[in-house]
Amino acid sequence: MSGAELGLAVSVFLACAVEAVEALTIVLAIGTTRSWSSAMAGVGAATVALAAIVAALGPALTLLPIDVLRVVVGGLLLIFGLQWLRKAILRSTGLKAKHDELESFREETAAARAASRDGGSGFDGYAFTISFKGVLLEGLEVAFIVLTFGANQHRVGLAAGAAAVAVLVVLAAGLAARAPLAKVPENTMKFAVGVMLSSFGMFWGAEGAGAKWPGDDAALLAIVPGMLIVANAMVWILRRSQRSAEQALARTDVPDLTRARI
Amino acid sequence: MSRLKAFFIGIWEFVVGDDWRTALGIVLALGATVLLADIGTAAWWFMPPAVILVLALSLRRAARAVARG
Repeated sequence: MSGAELGLAVSVFLACAVEAVEALTIVLAIGTTRSWSSAMAGVGAATVALAAIVAALGPALTLLPIDVLRVVVGGLLLIFGLQWLRKAILRSTGLKAKHDELESFREETAAARAASRDGGSGFDGYAFTISFKGVLLEGLEVAFIVLTFGANQHRVGLAAGAAAVAVLVVLAAGLAARAPLAKVPENTMKFAVGVMLSSFGMFWGAEGAGAKWPGDDAALLAIVPGMLIVANAMVWILRRSQRSAEQALARTDVPDLTRARI
Repeated sequence: MSRLKAFFIGIWEFVVGDDWRTALGIVLALGATVLLADIGTAAWWFMPPAVILVLALSLRRAARAVARG
């Protein structure tokens, strides 16, 4: 396995694990308060829909000329990766609230209890719909990453395999814990995925645009750590400016005692 | 019509997200890389600082928005 393929597998695994943790919280909340069979039917339907999207778009993407594919997909991956990275940096600095699985679980459970039930029939439409939407929406981001990463390296199968392994790992952990996976370091994983998507997007986008990286694929060995250092530096700068702003605010709140004495 | 509109709004929000300036910055940076490559100069150096600048500006906008409340 080459370095780029390893990067592909790790990025897809981490992205998929994060999204699977969030989807698991929704399904657990619906299953425990409403109906397990209807919730699992929703999960199954969403999984089939996601598989159909990957199966339909994957081969179509790989038919595009490689330079067109790289500039378009690299650009999309970069835009997408910067979204993840921006949110992860803002969460690391406290400027954006961190995702709390236990809080999400409580909210979903309360909403599920409050929703009315269909009379009589064993099928629970609410449980099916919420599970279906939850898994589909969380899964779409993964499908996008699987398709873009996989198509660029003509390894959609490897990307889909990494995604499947991540889902199985999260599912096994969820079954073992029988509770939302609140201890998973979601923001750290999102930070890592943001760095990887941005780095690979930059690499492929520039290559597709006609640039030739020094060392070809080996340039990724500089781009990925470089992006990681930059992202951490941005966290540090934002924290520092926040502290300075708080100190300035505290100073203006303190009454001027020297003047009072005079 | 409204469903079609909702579909395109959904695609836009999914890909571009809540900061369209980041997407625009990346498109412009890739365009500049194409131009640099076309005139025959080394173009690889352009994207890294451009991406860092786009991310830094996006974070600054977000931090200011939080400060404004």
